[in-house]
Amino acid sequence: MSGESAADDRARARSVRGLRRTAELVGIGLTGVVAAGMLGFLLLYWARDLPVASDLYVAFRSLGRGMDAAFGTNVFRHPIMWQSMAVGVLVGVVAPLVGSFLVHREMALIGETLAHTAFAGVAVGILVTSSTGWNGSLLLVALAVGIAGALAVQWLTERTDAYGDVPIAIMLSGSFAVGTLIISYGDGLTGVNIQGYLFGNLAVVTPEGARLMGALALIVVAGVALTYKQLLFITFDEQAARVARLNVTGYNTLLVVLTAVVVVGAMQVLGVILVAAMLVVPVAAASQVARSFRETVYLSVIVGQLSVIGGFAVSIGLGLPSGGSIVVTAIAVYLASVVGSGFSVRAISTHG
Amino acid sequence: MTAIVALDGVTFAYGDTVAVSDVSLTVEEGDFLGLVGPNGSGKTTLLHLMLGLHEPDEGSVELFGRPIDEFDDGGRIGYVSQKATSRGGAMPVTVRECVTMGRFARAGRGRLSAADRAAVADAIETVGIEGLADRLVSELSGGQKQRAYIARALASDADLLALDEPTVGVDAESRDAFYALLDDLNDEGITVILIEHDIGVVTERANRIACINTELYHHGDTESFVESDALAAAYGTDGQVVHHHH
Repeated sequence: MSGESAADDRARARSVRGLRRTAELVGIGLTGVVAAGMLGFLLLYWARDLPVASDLYVAFRSLGRGMDAAFGTNVFRHPIMWQSMAVGVLVGVVAPLVGSFLVHREMALIGETLAHTAFAGVAVGILVTSSTGWNGSLLLVALAVGIAGALAVQWLTERTDAYGDVPIAIMLSGSFAVGTLIISYGDGLTGVNIQGYLFGNLAVVTPEGARLMGALALIVVAGVALTYKQLLFITFDEQAARVARLNVTGYNTLLVVLTAVVVVGAMQVLGVILVAAMLVVPVAAASQVARSFRETVYLSVIVGQLSVIGGFAVSIGLGLPSGGSIVVTAIAVYLASVVGSGFSVRAISTHG
Repeated sequence: MTAIVALDGVTFAYGDTVAVSDVSLTVEEGDFLGLVGPNGSGKTTLLHLMLGLHEPDEGSVELFGRPIDEFDDGGRIGYVSQKATSRGGAMPVTVRECVTMGRFARAGRGRLSAADRAAVADAIETVGIEGLADRLVSELSGGQKQRAYIARALASDADLLALDEPTVGVDAESRDAFYALLDDLNDEGITVILIEHDIGVVTERANRIACINTELYHHGDTESFVESDALAAAYGTDGQVVHHHH
């Protein structure tokens, strides 16, 4: 009798697992389709003057107008809005993807630090642009400074033997301080909307910025896909990974560089101050209910996507900044996951 | 006999504090080496030196006959750290995912093959936790966690198991079952290095003992250790071996 009931329990558990797996795959499949659609739009917008693409682009604009007519909005007819949505959707994929490792590595403070370093990068970009007349992308400069910052953070953590240590905190506020000084020095030289970079603004997204985000998203997804196993092992048990002769320092460096890449891309819509939230909050929400690490990654990306789409709806509907709207939506999803998991908050430390 | 681990005049210090001083010893293939000593005596540091987690300040270390800095076949070592076993973190990793990590050193960047998956399933079966394969490691009891980590080591086809106080916080019954499993694995030819604070347990299981307190006080077979005064010398007391009978 007890054998039968144990067999029943196992069969029930298998069936629940099967349902969860199906739901996961459907969710991640939809997320993938939306992200691929947005990448497609970026490509189309880039190539809209070419023969075949121009016809497609005209058709796409009609579709946008049709959507506005259907929803009673004045959003989808504007390419700039699609551009911003594309950046948001891609951020919703890559930030939680990298964040899944970062949070469980107790390195979330690194994300915050790199966001502030990237801000210093934007400031340097503004200075270079205004003093030399160079007409390059601010984000490319921010990316270069962000990656340099990531390597510096890794160098510091290797030597201080602790993530989230005092040198990291000094770097966090130090790079922000340098950024504000540079901006103050170059005040009035350019018409750059610095507030947009601080708090996130749909209007900050330029065509170059959106294309850069598209390329960065592909790099991040490929980087994580190729090193998933190694990153998982190092995140779970770094010492055992070292004994297994994995190049732990190399993979840690890759993780912080990917974080810098995500942060620079995400800065456009989320803003420097809020960008780290997208690395952390979707992962915290997913970790509340996930039954495996793979499920955590999938759910984080799905939560990230829901937060971005929901946040955009709030931002556009109420005329509020996009960064705050997205983060508040993500926190609402997190609270729902806490309620859904019976109020048992899984403690995740954000620093070592 | 092949030396799995060979230390020659190894010294290591944290800053000005010497943790391990002039230790020379070898671990032969098939040995079950118990590493004992008082708290803070340098046991974990010595194990880390053996595995290449620390670089010695003086002396040399060889693993599987190769200088430690040239050794790259990590799949041959199954390591269960003190931190891993006491880890109560919230990272949602299933037993199957944890055991699969044992294959990562061998699989490189490629996808895991059917043979990899079979090795994982075999390892889970060998340690008797098939029913827990889809449970989260963080939800397991101490004894079950041990088995999951041992399965991870077995999945990598490890020739050497290195365990740092694996039964801290584990109840007596689970501990006995765990050590019986270690005995079986050792009988199958897997070399075991075990740090264990309970000297009675170590002398019952291990065929070789290394007793340290910064310096090496004894290295040899278990009988000679029990009869020697190394224990009292290392612990600085009139300590003696107490055998448990559960």
